[in-house]
Amino acid sequence: MKKVQLYELKSLYRDSLKIYGYQFGGSEKTVCIVGAIRGNEVQQLYMCSQLVRILNLLENRGQIDTNRGIMIVPSINPYSLNTNTRFWATDNTDINRMFPGYDLGETTQRIADGFFKKVNDYIYGIHFTSFYLEGNFTPHVRIMKTGFENTEIAREFGMPYIMLRNPKPYDTTTLNYEWQLWGTQAFSLYTPGTDQIDKAQANEGINAVLRFLANQGLIHISKDGGHCSRIIEEQELVTVRTNQSGILFLNCDCGDHIKEGQIIGEILDTYEGHTIEEIKAPCSGRIFYHGSNPLIYSNTAVVKIIQDPEAEYFQQ
Amino acid sequence: MIQTVAAAPLPAAENYIVKKQRLQPENLLGNEKRISIVTGIHGDELEGQYVCYEIQQRINEHPELLTGIVDIYPALNPLGIDSITRGIPHFDLDMNRIFPGNSEGSMAEYIASKIINDVQGSDLCVDIHASNIFLREIPQVRINEMCADTLVPFAKRLNIDYIWVHGTATVLEATFAHSLNSIGTPVLVVEMGVGMRVTREYCKELVDGIFVEMKDLGIWQGSIIEPKKPIISTDGEVHYLNAGYAGVFIPTVEHWTSVKKGDKIGEIIDPLEGIIKEEIFSDCDGILFTLREYPVVSEGSLLGRILERNEVIA
Repeated sequence: MKKVQLYELKSLYRDSLKIYGYQFGGSEKTVCIVGAIRGNEVQQLYMCSQLVRILNLLENRGQIDTNRGIMIVPSINPYSLNTNTRFWATDNTDINRMFPGYDLGETTQRIADGFFKKVNDYIYGIHFTSFYLEGNFTPHVRIMKTGFENTEIAREFGMPYIMLRNPKPYDTTTLNYEWQLWGTQAFSLYTPGTDQIDKAQANEGINAVLRFLANQGLIHISKDGGHCSRIIEEQELVTVRTNQSGILFLNCDCGDHIKEGQIIGEILDTYEGHTIEEIKAPCSGRIFYHGSNPLIYSNTAVVKIIQDPEAEYFQQ
Repeated sequence: MIQTVAAAPLPAAENYIVKKQRLQPENLLGNEKRISIVTGIHGDELEGQYVCYEIQQRINEHPELLTGIVDIYPALNPLGIDSITRGIPHFDLDMNRIFPGNSEGSMAEYIASKIINDVQGSDLCVDIHASNIFLREIPQVRINEMCADTLVPFAKRLNIDYIWVHGTATVLEATFAHSLNSIGTPVLVVEMGVGMRVTREYCKELVDGIFVEMKDLGIWQGSIIEPKKPIISTDGEVHYLNAGYAGVFIPTVEHWTSVKKGDKIGEIIDPLEGIIKEEIFSDCDGILFTLREYPVVSEGSLLGRILERNEVIA
């Protein structure tokens, strides 16, 4: 294991911002794994830290390919981790909306540029990320449809789902999108949890990356199988929206099987406590996403369902 | 007449409400032109607040001279204005990246779609922004090059100092202005002053220009000023001044001033060591139309922008 400094930005009074990468295996730039770009992505940071520990163990035991290289970058934004702010604390900009960056631009553009120049020539890019809305997803690999995406390779993660997303304008400056434009096969890995560590869910992400590395022959361990991934287009998801605002209680979780008409949650009057809306499943299937904020706005997507009329046959 | 443009219930005894003021002649003929004045998409940009007030003051002094419809939307993001937040509190996304919205979408997208429906069809819309807290801007209109042919003639009447025609970027396709311009409602985006503050001098100049537009559209029959002749960015290249070091920026020139190549613009000092870390010089002859207002800088922080040109401003 070799710890390298990828970028440094000097500060007036704080210690310098330093981005570190941990390199394993050989010198060919094969896989780059990135964790927290936002300051509250603690789950993502944790998954990278565990991968550093595991790969170090494997390297010491001679179980890592010596030609092709793996680099893990636990965080691009340690400043925001240390101040507990999701975005860049000075101007509230999101580094994951600044790629590919600009070396003569503003501070977060420079950070994005300085980092991206070091990682834009890897064959595979993996980003543990979080969604812009509060909530949890069933573990999945997400790929932007840029025209360069490779869905079949995503199966090597063995995650339950591979989600294909048509990029929206605000997606076009993310690390995932820019990686693909520059020729890197990019995958975003979502697991439930962002600012709290959920060890069981984190293990799903960690194991998925180990599976991918093993399938690629980068690490020499026996594969644990994983899932036969189902590919879904984002627009196939059935969205359940609230009609009322109030206190939200959901009685379903990511991955749960539900039947059409099943009551999956309720909204209570914020002040008087009585039920003002029952949330019913519009179709049978499995819960892919659910919101987590107990105070909910009206017309908000609180649940997304993978439609599957036969989901009820599977036990949970 | 104050009207509700969009409303959505919030969880705790409150609604998200977007209101507008409609001023119109007492007797409508049915063929009146309409101008919409929109501001407050970003909750920390307040220059437009005084513009909304001042337009009404002037019209209310002579309501008999009003021959068209003036719609004033002072706060598209009322939660942001109340909490000094640029975006809509609770959303990671900038409100000016969710247009044209979606009537079936999230609360923010729903509100955005109602706003677009309401403003759509105006003969002209002026979307007033301030700079952020970091930079001071002269009154200017920013125009996507795709819309330049339509919008530059409008912008020349707005009594602003500068028209900046900029390139297209995919990320800007979801702005309020782009959404309306692409469906045929002309929108001028004004940037001026500094965030979280009101610069009355700039606001009054802009209001003078809005009355020129109103007169041109047949909405106002009163007297108007002769608008200033703006400088247009296509006249010269825009140069950016960025900090090479972290420190405290002290400008040594006034904002909106002519500079020569080699002129000193300011310095970055280090209060801990008591030294000058960097002196900032102009790399061209031109006009300093953006100047940093907030002193603390990181490496890369924008300090100023200069439009390269030989002509000296008054």
